[in-house]
Amino acid sequence: MRSQPLLVANGLVAGYAEPVIGPLSFSVGPGEVVGLWGANGSGKSTLLRAIANRARVFEGDLEQRPELTLAWQMQQPVRLDEMPLNGHDYLRFAQADREAPSPRMVPWLDQRIDILSGGQFQLLAVWAILGGWADLVLLDEPTNNLDPQGQTILAEILKSEQGTRAVLLVSHEQSFLQQACDRVINIEGSVIR
Amino acid sequence: MAEYTLFTVPFLSGLLVASLLSAVGVLLRLRNEWLAALGFAHLAGASALVGLAIHLPAVLGATLGAVLGAAIKTLGRFRGNTVYALMILAGWSITLLVAANTRLGSVMGHAMVEGQLYFADYSHFTAAVMLAIATLAGLYWLMPILVRNRFFPGHDAANRLPAWRWHLAFDLLAALAMAVATATVGLMAAFALVFIPPWLAFRSARNWKQVLVISVSFGTAGYMVAFFLALWLDQPFGPVLVALLLVVAGVLQRLKPEQPMLS
Repeated sequence: MRSQPLLVANGLVAGYAEPVIGPLSFSVGPGEVVGLWGANGSGKSTLLRAIANRARVFEGDLEQRPELTLAWQMQQPVRLDEMPLNGHDYLRFAQADREAPSPRMVPWLDQRIDILSGGQFQLLAVWAILGGWADLVLLDEPTNNLDPQGQTILAEILKSEQGTRAVLLVSHEQSFLQQACDRVINIEGSVIR
Repeated sequence: MAEYTLFTVPFLSGLLVASLLSAVGVLLRLRNEWLAALGFAHLAGASALVGLAIHLPAVLGATLGAVLGAAIKTLGRFRGNTVYALMILAGWSITLLVAANTRLGSVMGHAMVEGQLYFADYSHFTAAVMLAIATLAGLYWLMPILVRNRFFPGHDAANRLPAWRWHLAFDLLAALAMAVATATVGLMAAFALVFIPPWLAFRSARNWKQVLVISVSFGTAGYMVAFFLALWLDQPFGPVLVALLLVVAGVLQRLKPEQPMLS
């Protein structure tokens, strides 16, 4: 059970009204941090949306292990004009209590999240997903708004997840993926034009 | 002494309603659905008057109309504020037509618009107690789910969770709260209690717990002051409450220092 893949895509073609990406075959096993690389507009987000039941599967199979739980960080985390929660509230409502957040984030936790900078909020939003208990974490362009220091922190967090957590992350930043992932899949050849 | 007894039931009914609305309003504001409350209130007012015309208690008539509005909102899957504007217009039109064409409707129509809390009787008090039980149980169960859904909307779809049930449950709770409140304190007073305290709390609080404490405290205190002020000045309750909440919230907003953005 432990070695059984969590997710297997076999000849997957996904999109909305029309197919956007595929055919694509890959798998994610327990404890693997897998990166999906492709240029902007290559359908990376559509692929994650298909896994999260928000996009249509046209062809092929997308098999999930029974009882698999997912956490999905969308490309643009929800950021409202008024968010009267502090960082502790935000992580509590996200049920991100698996372990303590990075020491870099601790000073922000007592602040209202609507006054955090774009990079601070992005890192907190990614941790709200990573710090939960889901079996498989889907991260969509988690480096958005992050400065180089923020990217380094995120890469370290993801490296520490290798072997313990399954993560599927998409990014257009190849160097970040190489730094943070066990393996990287190039989906450029699977784009439907 | 007889006068105090006469006002005890209206006072307690309104007190319960004011504190509950200020709590429900917090979630309505978080969901950006405060206009829904005004839509439910108008439908509740109209259906209360239609109910009175066929000899139903005002609280029951109001509840039926508001619940119908909640069902239309959830099951119709409307986007944006259009459906709430239609509810407001339909409710307003029906209310004034019923009021213009029936004697009882005329009296109750004025009472509802002006917020004549002092008409409240044991049926209102019973409805307020039932609302309190439903709200406390409902918010304890729903609040963590709804807040998570607001900030992490992909979670439910990704895990194939039946999110529509939670949205419908909250819509029904909000509709029930607005129905009982509209029948008890009047239409605009009910809307003011669900809108102004959460608005102030969202701007002032430093965390989620403070949002709830500030909103409920402000709504409840404002209600108590308005109740005695309206009696003392011999003015209709609704406009006194709305004016008081507006003035105090405005002053408190002016006193609040601007929060700097972190960098």
